Amino acid sequence: MRELMRERTIRKALWQERVMLTLLMFCALVSVVTTLAIVVTLTVEAVGFFRVVPIWRFLTEREWTPLFANKKFGILPLICGTMLTAGIAIIISVPLALLIATYLAEYAPPKLRRRLKSVTELLAGIPSVLYGYFALLFVTPLLQKFIPSMSTFNALSPGIVLGFMVLPTIASLSEDIIYAVPQSIREASLALGGTKLQTTFYAVLPAASSGIIAACLLGFARAIGETMLVAIAAGMMPNLTLNPLEPVETMTAYIVQVALGDVPHGTLEYRTIFTVGLTLFVLTLILNLTGIFLRERFLRVLRRM
Amino acid sequence: MKGKVKVTTSEMVATRAVATRRRFEKLLETLFLAGAWLALTLVIALLVVILSDILADGWVRLNWKFLTSFPSRHPEEAGIFSAWVGTVYVMALTALIALPIGVGAAIYLEEFASRNWFARLVELNINNLAGVPAIIYGLLGLQVFVRWCRMGESVLAGACTLALMSLPVIIVASREALRAVPNSIREAALALGATKWQTVRDHVLPLALPGILTGTILALSRAIGEAAPLITIGALTFVAFLPKSPLDPFTVLPIQAYNWVSRPQPEFHQNAAAALIVLLALLSLMNGIATYLRNRYQQRWQI
Repeated sequence: MRELMRERTIRKALWQERVMLTLLMFCALVSVVTTLAIVVTLTVEAVGFFRVVPIWRFLTEREWTPLFANKKFGILPLICGTMLTAGIAIIISVPLALLIATYLAEYAPPKLRRRLKSVTELLAGIPSVLYGYFALLFVTPLLQKFIPSMSTFNALSPGIVLGFMVLPTIASLSEDIIYAVPQSIREASLALGGTKLQTTFYAVLPAASSGIIAACLLGFARAIGETMLVAIAAGMMPNLTLNPLEPVETMTAYIVQVALGDVPHGTLEYRTIFTVGLTLFVLTLILNLTGIFLRERFLRVLRRM
Repeated sequence: MKGKVKVTTSEMVATRAVATRRRFEKLLETLFLAGAWLALTLVIALLVVILSDILADGWVRLNWKFLTSFPSRHPEEAGIFSAWVGTVYVMALTALIALPIGVGAAIYLEEFASRNWFARLVELNINNLAGVPAIIYGLLGLQVFVRWCRMGESVLAGACTLALMSLPVIIVASREALRAVPNSIREAALALGATKWQTVRDHVLPLALPGILTGTILALSRAIGEAAPLITIGALTFVAFLPKSPLDPFTVLPIQAYNWVSRPQPEFHQNAAAALIVLLALLSLMNGIATYLRNRYQQRWQI
């Protein structure tokens, strides 16, 4: 009798084990399905779009006016707007982030390091609509005092603010990387008579370089994908220009612009946002995968040391 | 004799060169430190300026009536009732959807999966998904939840979209919390004849729960500040009613703020600032809870 009860308990536990394992696997599968679903939904609509608009026109035409009577479907102005704002952001954030990361990892005492790190990360917690509000209503009027020719919507002021927005990403990732460089490298440089600064710049930073580049790439991907800030402050006017004082439209801002209006399902306009989305997805995918690859390589080299 | 003097001279030159070099190095170091401190000061100054700017602009509009009125064409009558209720509603549903799936995936990856191809694939996926722009999730939600599942532009569709978006962060945080539980706990349970799932359910998970909750709250606070995916799935910008069921249309605080900031009248900008202050207060509250949970319940293992 007792034997039977025991066997039943064990069988129940084993059955439970199998059920739970399947359930948990399904949970893990959700992430894979999400990626697949992103690729499928974007591609299906984009294929529908490219049936009407040939891909070479999409890639080479210099105007983007799908919402006007005279429709033109050249992605270049949107890519240009995206690269302009993200480029300004990177120019602002990379030097600042690397200075902060190097200082925190190599020079700051541990307590100060933790505290300053969390202060920097506060920047990442601010919602992007608030950054947009700040760029449009504070930074732009401020800059207009010095550059009167600047228009209300422009690439410069959201670009600068975007720089501060992605700064925590770059600073935090590269700080982790620099901190992870093994002590033996520092000791070798110091033993050869290097000063602390020489050790930092000639031994530690070169050892961390692939990880730092990865951090910058991930930051750049963030900047390209950021939406509300540029939708509010950069304008919604597709403009093939490299002049940061003019209004531009980014890929993300275009998607918002269409989504705000009432575009019926199945129309060409509806398909454009998925095509633009696909372009954006492919761009960030390349940046992310390169970043992940470089990081992994850094960690692999690290483990060997 | 002559040769000896020459050596001394060159030694002196060398010493002087070393001294100069050292002074130069010192100068460079000072420059570097000054640069780093300048960068940190800029960051802190920006934080202070943003916060004081928003407080200065929106403070006058913050009162009980603003919190309990619906949006309106007249800026002085407009409020954020539907927006903050929508935000809380979407957030609760998002947590309900994302937490079980996220924790389940983390348990699978951390406790069950051996390093096989499936686990590696899922891991690479999560790393990559964490870098996918928020607005792409909006397009996914628009197509899958709003169109294919016929949820419409509803609270449920919004919550599903935000849940998918915050999953990678929740999974990574939960895995870290699970990893922090020492192996001796697992070994003790397994040695007494518990199955793997019993070990996880009765011993590992309860110990990891504070860490998991902290990570989830932080992920949610990030998701709820995002307007882009919800605008993309078609959340409304003008809602003069409260959502009663998960299938009702809705709006959230960041969308309401965006709607007001993109109008030309400065009175609406004040409203936007006030709505953003409320959003910031909500986010700080969530961060506070997360920090409290972490400090109060996190175990320090001494093994």
